[in-house]
Formats: sequence, structure tokens, C-alpha cells
Amino acid sequence: MNARRGITRALPLTPAVVLILLFLAGPIAYCAYIAFTDLQLTGQAHASFVGFANFRRAFRDDAFLNAVWLTLVFTVLSSLVGQNTLGLALAALMKRASKPVRTLTGGIVVTAWVLPEVVAGFLLYAFFRREGTLNAILDWLHLPRQNWLFTLPILAVSFANVWRGTAFSMLVYSAALDEIPAEITEAAEVDGAGGWRRMWHITLPMIRRSIGTNLMLNTLQTLSVFGLIWVMTRGGPGNRSQTLPLFMYEQAFQNSMIGYGTAVALLLLIVGALFSVVYLRLLRTEV
Amino acid sequence: MPVRPTAALSALLTAALAASALTACGSGSGSDPNTVKVSYKQSTDNSVKVMDTYLAGIKKDFEKKHPGKKVQFVPIKAPDSEYYTKLQQMLRSPRTAPDLVYEDTFLINSDITSGYLKPLDPYLAKWPDWSRFIGTAKAAAQGQDGKTYGVPDGTDTRGLWFDKRVFKKAGLPLNWQPRNWNDILAAARTIKRKVPGVTPLNVYTGKPAGERATMQGMEMLLYGTGDGRSDPLYDSGSKKWIAGSRGFTDSLKFVETVYKEKLGPDVSDALDPNFATAVNGELLPQGKLGIDLDGSWLPQAWLPGSGHEWPDWSKQLGLAYMPTQNGQAPGKVSMSGGWTWAVPAKAAHPDLAFDFIRTLQTEANAKKWYIANSGISVRKDVAADPSYATAQPGIKFFTDLVSSTHYRPAYPAYPKVSTAIQEAMESVTTGDASAQQAARTYDSTLKDVTGGQVVRK
Repeated sequence: MNARRGITRALPLTPAVVLILLFLAGPIAYCAYIAFTDLQLTGQAHASFVGFANFRRAFRDDAFLNAVWLTLVFTVLSSLVGQNTLGLALAALMKRASKPVRTLTGGIVVTAWVLPEVVAGFLLYAFFRREGTLNAILDWLHLPRQNWLFTLPILAVSFANVWRGTAFSMLVYSAALDEIPAEITEAAEVDGAGGWRRMWHITLPMIRRSIGTNLMLNTLQTLSVFGLIWVMTRGGPGNRSQTLPLFMYEQAFQNSMIGYGTAVALLLLIVGALFSVVYLRLLRTEV
Repeated sequence: MPVRPTAALSALLTAALAASALTACGSGSGSDPNTVKVSYKQSTDNSVKVMDTYLAGIKKDFEKKHPGKKVQFVPIKAPDSEYYTKLQQMLRSPRTAPDLVYEDTFLINSDITSGYLKPLDPYLAKWPDWSRFIGTAKAAAQGQDGKTYGVPDGTDTRGLWFDKRVFKKAGLPLNWQPRNWNDILAAARTIKRKVPGVTPLNVYTGKPAGERATMQGMEMLLYGTGDGRSDPLYDSGSKKWIAGSRGFTDSLKFVETVYKEKLGPDVSDALDPNFATAVNGELLPQGKLGIDLDGSWLPQAWLPGSGHEWPDWSKQLGLAYMPTQNGQAPGKVSMSGGWTWAVPAKAAHPDLAFDFIRTLQTEANAKKWYIANSGISVRKDVAADPSYATAQPGIKFFTDLVSSTHYRPAYPAYPKVSTAIQEAMESVTTGDASAQQAARTYDSTLKDVTGGQVVRK
């Protein structure tokens, strides 16, 4: 009876499980397999199994190591520091702002988020390019102009990602801040705690879980950013803004080395997993 | 324990849906024995419909001549590099392979090696028009097995475009024809000195420019070094790629000089992925560029309806062929690429597909195509036709270059070799490396990407 009950209960889940296995686990397993072959998109009659050669090659490849480093810079700058901090700051400020200001700010920030990645990429390309808006503003302020996409490409694309992705953090933190019971804040206020102290000792500990979740989602999303960078710089000049997804694309589709590209993709998956583990550990610690 | 009806129902429904979705995938796309499926590259620019219009006409022609047969187009709207990728993915499976595809000579050898394409020799042997195609163009679609896998529908050549308005201000002759590389640099230096505000000379460079940098830039220089006849990139005798050549370093030195002496565009502009659009659309029409090492297709961008019409271009721009390094024989250099029509190995109806090629390549249709897309004819009959030669200024100049043109060694490793060339160019352009250093880096990259198939010369 119990077993039958279990089966009946599990039955509605089967279609979902089957679909997941088919469309998610299947391709991932296939990718994992390809990563151990020398499969090419073109230029080769038969692929063969090469063991760990692709992975060994990656760690000897300067361009790969460069891409890992840039991916870390991009993720730390734009996700951890940029989107996360700015999102929290905006959420905190908006909580105190008047309703029209709140609506307006929220609207603007969310628009950036809703825009398709490629459109956002073009907007920011237009902003940063030599004859772009940023330099026009600098001229107006009598400050020296820069070709941002050329001299500081990784900073420019990081900024673009902050611009585009902050809305998500802001929404997460707005929801989290609303959850804090007003009495606690008021009590602290009565006890004479200033804004910074309240933030540090009450707000942050109370939204700890949201911070963790937000960091994890932000990081995973940022790790896979492709369109934005592709449109703005194509990973260049040279390889100076070539993060792992762009490096992977170049290897797999421009140099048609699918096997190698897939191995890089798996390594990217591992980087994402490492970040997630770190965040999950942070979440667990008690305050 | 009764099963809740809703749960069971939803499970059943989902399973049924999934099953039907799967069978839909598996049953193929319903290949009709009377329909030929044709894939081609559709322009990413919505206002450019040259190919679509031309093919629509051919379809009509074909369906009239072959009663009961139908043509179905499967256009792929993508920039070059993504087009190749998409096509290669389609060619892998009989379910997705069309009957006829438009193949760039850049990758045709790679796709032949992969077994994606069908040899056309049995068809070509029975097709009288084949003898009217010029030899070099036929060779471009030949595999290493000596069989032919595609019918070229035209080619392109390259040379020096110069602005007569700029030349006049600089006091340079309006019938300019440099005899060697130094003549080009000398003219650029004069422009730099006498016409401020104008970029003296554009040579495409670096990875953002992609194959444009390799072909219009480096190879136009490289193939003019040495004896000017043998291939400086690939040694067909030993079937190995050439490393350590003097010509390679010299060509890099030329690029280095252009950017070091600021004879070229600002480095950050040159490395902007959209720079070519600026050259065609702004710099040349506005008289802001003195000399441009570029391809025969430029006037396409100035046709009516293109967004930057420039009907007078031939009055303001002059053409000169690219000279060899020291003016040694044969004196001039050009590179050629172009596209071919090829039949996938997994095509369902190869016979019908070849019939479609024959319709595309009647003399009249071929001529129509060359004129419509500013293409350079690879058919002797069309090239000799006065209505083709006078259809557009410049066509005669670029068609004459076909006799002294080179085709790239487009073997499977070529795309990777090309990237290595772009990286070498980029490092001398930014000043990160000297020509010698960049050439050394290229040699080691070359060894890596060709699997050690390298010979030093």
C-alpha cells in the first residue's frame, strides 16, 4: 500500500523529470563527453577520444589563463561590487524616498534590466565609443577624453553589466528590506543607533540570506554574460576583454574546435560551482 | 488509494505531448521528392535584398523549366562567421541538410575534409558550361583529392583605392600607380604632411577586423614578397605551412610602419570591430581617407537605396593595383575569394540540386548576378561581354586583376592560421611587439594550430 502510494505520488513528477533528463541532463552529459574528444565543427572526418588533452591544453594556453583572470575581474567588479552594492544602496535609499521618486528610479533601473542584452550592448557601445556620449560629457566638463573601449575595455564592459543588472539586486533587496519588522529598527533608533550602525548591526544580518541568494544568482548570471561584451568589444582589443564565454565561443565556433570549447565550458561550470559553494558556506554561518 | 484523476490526466497529457514533440523531431522535415531546398546567406542588413531578389527570379525560371518541381529557400540571416557555423551544423545531419548550399571558398576545403559535401565531377563532366569557367576559380572549389565540390558564382579582387580630392591637395598625381611598397608609404607620408585631418592610408589589421585584416591586409602584402608567384603561406609540395619566412616579417614591418608613423587610422579606430563600416560609409565618401587597401565590392555600399548613396564615386576615387614589395615580377598582387554553390553529402535530392545550379549559371543569369552584386566574373564568356564590363566603373579594372590573383590555401587549418596572422598584426599595430617578435610568436602559434605541420623557409 505504502509503495503504491509512493508511486502514485511520484507519478505527476515523471513528465517533468523525463523532460529535464532529456533536455537538460542529456545535453550536459553529451557536452561532458565531447569535452574529452577532439571533435571539430569542420575540417575533420572523424573525431576521436583524447582523454584529458583538452583540459591540459587549456591550462597551458595563455589565452585561456588570461580569460580566467578577466572573468574573475569582470565578476568581482560588476557582480560582487557593482550590482550587489549598488542594488542594496538603491533599495535602502528608495525605502526612504517619496513615492514619485521611488517609482521613477525603479522604472529607470528596471528598464535597463528589461532591455535585451544586445540592445543594451549597443546603447553602451554608443555611450563609451570615442565619439560617444561619455566623451561628450567629459568635453563639456573640460576633462580629458578617453577611448574607453580601447584603453579600459574590461572596466567599460563591467560598468555596462552593472548598468544592466543592478535592477535584479535592487528588487531582491527591496523585498528583503520590507521584511524587516519596523519595531526592531525603531527600537534601535530609540536606543540611539545611527544610520550606519543600524545598517551594519541590524539590516545586514537580517537580510543575510537574501545577500547570499542574490550574490549567487548575480555571479552565475555574470559568469555567462556573452552578448553584452560581444557587442561592445568582441573581447578585444587583443584579448583584453575576452572573458571565458567569449574565449569558448572563439575556440568552438571561430576556430571550430568544439571539443576544446566544450572543455572550456565545463571549466566555466566548475568556476560557477566554486562561487556557489563559497556563497552557500557564507549563508550557513550564524551571526 | 484512489488516484486523483487530475494528476493522472496531467501526467498522461504531458507524456503524450512530450512523445509527440519527440516524434516530430525524429520524423525529419518531410522531404518531398519534388522539392529542392536551397540555403544561402541572407544579408543582416534588411535594406539589402540583392541575393533574395536574384534567387526569387531563378526560382521562377527553374519551376517553369521543370514542371512539377519546386524550390524552397532556407535562408540563414547571419554575419559571415555565424553563417558558417550554422551551415556546418545543418550539414552534419541528413534531417537538416538542405539540397544546395552557398559555400564560401574560405571554408569549402574544411567542409570537404569533414565529408559534408558531395563531389560534383560526374555532373560537371556532362555540363558544357563548365569549360567556360577560369582555371583558378575551379581550383578554389577543389578538394585535396582533386575532385571539385562547388561551382563558383564569382570572385573578388583587391587593390588600392585612392581619393583624388586628397591627392590633388597633396600635390600627388591623379593617375597614381605605385611601383613598390615604398611608393605607397611615400605617398602616405606626403598626405600626412600636406593634408592634415585626413587619414593617409588604411590597412585593415587585428582580430576585430577578422579575415578582412588577413586578406585585405597581410596577404595583399605577403603574396607580393619573394618571387611573387609561389605561395608564401603554404608549401603544397610538402603539404606544410610555412614558418619563419622573410616575407612574413617584412609584411609585418610594413604594417608596423603604417601605424608607428601614424600614417594609418588611429589605432583604437583600426581595432574597432565596426571600422570597415566607417571606411565605406563615412571616411571614403567624406574625403577623409587618402589611400585604402580594399576589395572590389566597395561600390555595393554606394548603390541607390544603400543608405549612403554616392553615384559620383568614380569621379572622386581612383584605382591602382597593389604592387609587389620591390616591384619584382609579376609587378602586381591581388587576392581572391568568393563563394560557390555546393551540394551537401547528405542532400536528399542532389540531381535536382545540380539542375538548380545549371539554372543559376546560364550565361544570362550569371551575368545578371554579377551586375547585381558588383561581383567579378569567373566565366570567360561573361567577362568578355561589354554589357558586364561597362555595368559599373571599376569592374574592368578588377576583372583584369583576376589573371594575377592568388587564392588562399583554404585548408582545414586555415581559419586558425588566419587568427594567428591577425594576432601578429595586432601586436605590431599596438606596438606591443616588434615585427620580428610578432613573427616569432606567429611561428610558434602556427606550429600549435596546424598540429606541427610546419616547414621553415
